[in-house]
Amino acid sequence: MRAYLNGNEAVAAAVKLARTEVVAAYPITPQSTIVEKIAEYIAAGSMEADYIRVESEHAALAACYGAAVTGTRVFTATSSQGLAYMFEMLHYVSGCRVPMVMAVANRGLAAPWTIWADHQDAVACRDTGWIQLYVETAQEALDTCLQAYKIAAHPEVLTPVMVCLDGYVLSHTEEIVDVPDQEAVDRFLPSYRPEYSVDTQRPYVFGVGAGPDLYSAFKYYQQQAILKAKEVIKEVDREFQAHFQRSYGGLVDLYYCHDASVVLVVMGATAGTAREVVEYLRRQGEAVGLLRLRSFRPFPVEDLRAALSRARVVAVLDRDCSFGYEGVLATEVKAALADLPAQPQVAGFIGGLGGRDISQEELAGIFRHCLEAVRRQDRGEELVVSGGWQK
Amino acid sequence: MLTEGDLRKGPNLATPLLSTTTGSWRLVRPVLNPKRCNNCLTCWLFCPEGCFTRGESIVSLNLDFCKGCGICVAECPREALTLVEEGSNDARLSER
Repeated sequence: MRAYLNGNEAVAAAVKLARTEVVAAYPITPQSTIVEKIAEYIAAGSMEADYIRVESEHAALAACYGAAVTGTRVFTATSSQGLAYMFEMLHYVSGCRVPMVMAVANRGLAAPWTIWADHQDAVACRDTGWIQLYVETAQEALDTCLQAYKIAAHPEVLTPVMVCLDGYVLSHTEEIVDVPDQEAVDRFLPSYRPEYSVDTQRPYVFGVGAGPDLYSAFKYYQQQAILKAKEVIKEVDREFQAHFQRSYGGLVDLYYCHDASVVLVVMGATAGTAREVVEYLRRQGEAVGLLRLRSFRPFPVEDLRAALSRARVVAVLDRDCSFGYEGVLATEVKAALADLPAQPQVAGFIGGLGGRDISQEELAGIFRHCLEAVRRQDRGEELVVSGGWQK
Repeated sequence: MLTEGDLRKGPNLATPLLSTTTGSWRLVRPVLNPKRCNNCLTCWLFCPEGCFTRGESIVSLNLDFCKGCGICVAECPREALTLVEEGSNDARLSER
């Protein structure tokens, strides 16, 4: 069924279609309308789930954690300060290897206070052990939530997934979304049946303590599991395509990368604008391309190296900053490409902070700046390219 | 003994498999006087760590998880439990 939905409504539709059984959330802009919509579904009787009202985001994730170990499919959503407030529980859930899906409507962090989009909130949770998938459209938000349940519960992954959608640009902007039938979703996503759960007949202890002799082993296998997710994310995306005829490239989404001398790397909805700019510059004969990073954790090192090894300049646009260094994605892309035989120059750009629009002109400016460096190299100069900040 | 399969699924283990015993943190421990115990299970009910097990005529104590909080000593209606300092002469004498 085709419907006119914004990103938040698309996420709520996916949560309902996934037959989610427990939802616990605390309202925060720009996420709130996701859980408001879910509450409406439950109140109207069109979704069979328990909606737990809690006093904070920390409690929301704690409630989801408890519900998930009873063997139910659970969901929560948050943004910005709310995600920051969950920080402690994020580690608990991932460390305890509890499959769960959380939508993060990305918003900048105070101070200065803001409700508008950037990626600082989720990127700051990079090392919490959660899988992070960033989407470009409301359609992809819906589809990725369905995929996320399957990825998280894969027996060799057992790792929670954050589905990140840019605040307002996606969360509150309507587009035509193809909402799959319940029967089709049931075929793709069977009900959640964990190997073990809270059961008085088969007692289990969840989240045991571990001394120095064991802690490291648990963490080693946690790392193996999230690395395994690289394969599983691709596999689930292919499976999704077989069921619904839509695919997002798995870990990375490539656009005119194969012969590009300058490639722009972005996450989230900025990719939509960047596609227009790539097409425009291609019509002018410029060899430019776009790589949209879909999976930030696990980080697709192999895919990046394969896609970027022929580029001469890689421009990375971060909607976040690791203060005291540079954009987080820029650091990661540099590290991924560091030991390639012909290492491309990586230029880091920081923009779109706190909801600032990133215009086509600005993206074209980044491409031209990098193309100019390539031309200077063609004239025999050293390849040097600086980054920038959209002040 | 934990297998690789257990470790792969995270720190969730079938009871009674527990990876860490907390008894080593204890500075004092309860000692049971078997002559005074009548198996009433008040200690079993109050112990926060589940250290007590019901026996034929008296309870028994598993000190692997006893942190020495002393709640059992305070709650025992027959004064069958006393708290002794770990490593002290009292401890050695009372359990002789």
